[in-house]
Amino acid sequence: MSSTFDTVANIIAETCDIPREKIKPESHAIDDLGIDSLDFLDIAFAIDKAFGIKLPLEQWTQEVNDGKATTEQYFVLQNLSNRIDSLVAAKGA
Amino acid sequence: MRLEYFQLIDRIVALDLKQRTIKVEAQVPVESTVFEGHFPGHPLMPGVLLIESMAQTSGWLIIGQMRFERMPFLAAVKEAKLRSFVRPGAKLELSATLEHEGSGYAVTKASVAHEGKTVCDAEITFRVMPFPSPDFRKVMEETANRIGFPMGALTDG
Repeated sequence: MSSTFDTVANIIAETCDIPREKIKPESHAIDDLGIDSLDFLDIAFAIDKAFGIKLPLEQWTQEVNDGKATTEQYFVLQNLSNRIDSLVAAKGA
Repeated sequence: MRLEYFQLIDRIVALDLKQRTIKVEAQVPVESTVFEGHFPGHPLMPGVLLIESMAQTSGWLIIGQMRFERMPFLAAVKEAKLRSFVRPGAKLELSATLEHEGSGYAVTKASVAHEGKTVCDAEITFRVMPFPSPDFRKVMEETANRIGFPMGALTDG
C-alpha cells in the first residue's frame, strides 16, 4: 500500500507532467514545482477523488491571505500529505 | 440563443439538485452575424460557442447547487469533442452532471444533443466564488427568471 505522499506525488506527476523523481516530501508545490492555481485545482480534484475528502482550499487560502498561516504549512508536500491523513481520519471518526 | 449577447440557454427544462443534473433547451438562431463569418456560404455554429453553451448549462446547475450564493467562472475545459456540425435553426438539448463539488471549485460533465444524437461533450472545471457584486447577482437572478430557473428546486434539493 503506497503512502499518502506517494499517491499525492503520483497525482502531481501525472497532472502537471512533472518527473516523479523531482517530487519530494520537502518540495513546495508552488515555489519548487511551479504549480499554478489552475493546475492545483486539477490536483485537488484528483486528491479529493482518491481520498474521498474535500481539501479546504478556500479556508487555507484565506488563512494565508490573512497572515494566519504560511503557504509552507499547506503546500510543502509532506505537510499536505499530513493534512490529507487528518482529513481522512476525521472522515472515518 | 442570442449568440451576439452570449445568451446561449433558452430554457431550463429540468433541474434535480439531489441527482446533481440539469437539462436545458436552446435553439440556434436561423440568422446571426456570427454566421456571416463562420463561414461565408456555409454557416455553422462555432465550436467555441457550443463549449460555452455547455459551460452555461453547467453554470446554472452549480448556481442552483450553491443556492445563488456563489458564481461559477469557467476555468478549464477538458476532453472537449465536437462530434458533428450544428447548423442554424437546430434545436439543441443540453445536459450536465455535477461530478464534484470541491472547495472553491466544481467539475461537471456536459453534453449537447441534436435530434437525440450527441454533437459535443466535455469535462468542465469552474472556480466558484462569491458574486463580485450585488448587481452581478441581480443580473443572474433576472436571467434565471428569463430562462425559467425553477426556484422551487432550491428548497426541494
